Amino acid sequence: MKTLLSIASILGLAFTVVPSFFVFYGIIKWNVHAKLMILGFVLYFGSALLAAKFKKETNS
Amino acid sequence: MNESNTLGQKLDSIDEYEREPVAEGKLQGWGKFLGLYAGEHVAGTEFVIGPLFVIHGVSAPDLFLGLFIGNILAVLSWAFLTAPIAVKTRLTMYWHLRRIVGSKVTIGYSLVNALMFCILAGAMIAVAATAIGLPLNMTMPGLDDFYPNSVEWVVVVFFVGAVVTILAILGFEKISEFAKIASPWMFLLFIACGVSVLPTLGCESFGDFWRIANEKIWTGVPVEGQSKFTFWHIMVFSWLLNMAMHIGMSDMSILRYAKSWKQGFASASGMFLGHYVAWFASGILSAAALREITPGPIAYMGAGVIGVIGVVITSWTTANPTLYRAGLAIQAASPNWKRWKVTLVAGVVTTLAACFPGFIMKFFEFLAIEGLVLMPIGVIIITDFWVLPRMNLKSNLAEVVKVTTNWAALFAWLGTSVFCLVLIFVAEIEIFFVGIPGIAVASILYILSSKAYQKRFTQKSYNTENIPK
Repeated sequence: MKTLLSIASILGLAFTVVPSFFVFYGIIKWNVHAKLMILGFVLYFGSALLAAKFKKETNS
Repeated sequence: MNESNTLGQKLDSIDEYEREPVAEGKLQGWGKFLGLYAGEHVAGTEFVIGPLFVIHGVSAPDLFLGLFIGNILAVLSWAFLTAPIAVKTRLTMYWHLRRIVGSKVTIGYSLVNALMFCILAGAMIAVAATAIGLPLNMTMPGLDDFYPNSVEWVVVVFFVGAVVTILAILGFEKISEFAKIASPWMFLLFIACGVSVLPTLGCESFGDFWRIANEKIWTGVPVEGQSKFTFWHIMVFSWLLNMAMHIGMSDMSILRYAKSWKQGFASASGMFLGHYVAWFASGILSAAALREITPGPIAYMGAGVIGVIGVVITSWTTANPTLYRAGLAIQAASPNWKRWKVTLVAGVVTTLAACFPGFIMKFFEFLAIEGLVLMPIGVIIITDFWVLPRMNLKSNLAEVVKVTTNWAALFAWLGTSVFCLVLIFVAEIEIFFVGIPGIAVASILYILSSKAYQKRFTQKSYNTENIPK
C-alpha cells in the first residue's frame, strides 16, 4: 500500500509539471495541460494525505 | 459536562511550550524544517512579489544576480544569527525577550509585532481572496486600490479569514504537516505556470529564454508611475524581506525546535525554491498577462482551475504560521490567555486587515516597514547574548535585577526607529536600504545605553541565582 501511494504521489507531481513542458514544445495544447494538472492535483493530494494518515496510525 | 466545555478543555490542552524551553523529545529533524521553510516561502505572496519586480522595471541580469546574493545573505542570517540563540535558549522569542527587556517593553513589542504579523497574514488572505473571487466574477482590486472595492471582496475575505484562523488554532504540528505535504506540489505549480505561458511571450526554446527574459519580461523599464529597481534593490530586498524573522529573531519561536543550530540552513529551501524559482515564474506570468499583478487571474492564466486552487493553498500555508506567530506575540502580552483564544483574536484582526487590498499593492513598502520596526529588538537580543557578556555587562538584565522595563533596551529600540525615520524622511534614503545602517546603530546604541544604565545596579543587586549559566 505504501509503495502504491508513493507511486501515485510521484505520478501526481509528474502530471502537475510535465504537461507544461509539452505545452512549451508545442506537443499538447494549453487546455490539455490544465486538465492534466487537475488529475495531478487529485492524485498527489489524495495519495499524500492517505500516506500521512497511515503513517500516523502506524506510529500510534 | 457539556459539549462547549469539552471543546474548551481540548483546545486548552494544546501545549506548545510557549512559556518554557522545548522538551528534548519534541525536537524536530531536518525534514520538518526543510518542509516548513519551503511551505512558508513558496507562498501565495510569491504570486505578488514576482510581478512587482516586473512592474518596477528590474533588468534580467540584476534580478538573477541580486536574488542569488540576497538569498544567500538571508540564509546566513538565519543560520548564524537566529538558530544558535534559538537552540541555546529553546524559548520563544517573546519569553527570551522578557528576560532581557522586562515585561512592559515585551508587551509593547509583542503588540506591535502581532499587528505586523496580522497585516502580513492579511495580505496572504487577500491573495487567496483574489483566487476565490475569480469564479464569482468579483471585481479585482487594482494597483492603486487601498480600500475594499466591493461587498463581494469583503465577504470572500471573511470566508477565507475564518478558515485560516481555524487551521491556525489547531496548532504548529498540523500546520507544519500540511505545509510539508503541499510544498513539493506548490513548487512544481509555480514552474508549470511559468513554463506553460512562455510560448505566449514568443519563447520557443530554452536557448531563446535569456533573450525573451531581457526583451519581454524583465525589460529594465518600469510601468508608468512606478520607481525603477536596480541590482542593489533586489539584493537588499531579498536579504531583508524576512528581516523580522531572521535578524529580528522572531523565528526563534520556530527554530527552538531544532536539534542543532545548523538546521538554520534549512531556510535555504524557502529562499531558493520560493524566493528564486517562484519569483521568476510569477514574473513570467505577469509579463504574459501584460504586467497584470492580481494573483488569482495570473495563476488561472498559467494553470487554469488548479492555478486558482494553488493560489489558495499557497496563501493558506503561509498565512497559518504567520497567524501562529501573531498568536504567540499576543500571548506574550496576555500570558493568562490560552493560545487558541489569542489566535482567534489575531485571526479577527488579520481578516480585517485583509479587507484592504492596499497591503498587497504596497507589499514591498509594508515589508520594509515591518522589518525596520521589528529589527532593533532582534539586534538587542543578539547583542545581549553575544556581546554584553564579553564587555562585563549583564545579559538578561530584566530577569537578573527584576525590573519590568530595561530602559537601555527601550532607548536602543526607539533611538534606532528615530534614526531610521530621519534617514527616510530627512536624508531621503529609500526605505529598502535603511535597515543596513539601522542594524549597526541598534547594536551600538544598546551597548552604550547598557553601559550607562547598568551602573545603576550595584553588584549586590544582581541576584546571581537568576544569572543563566
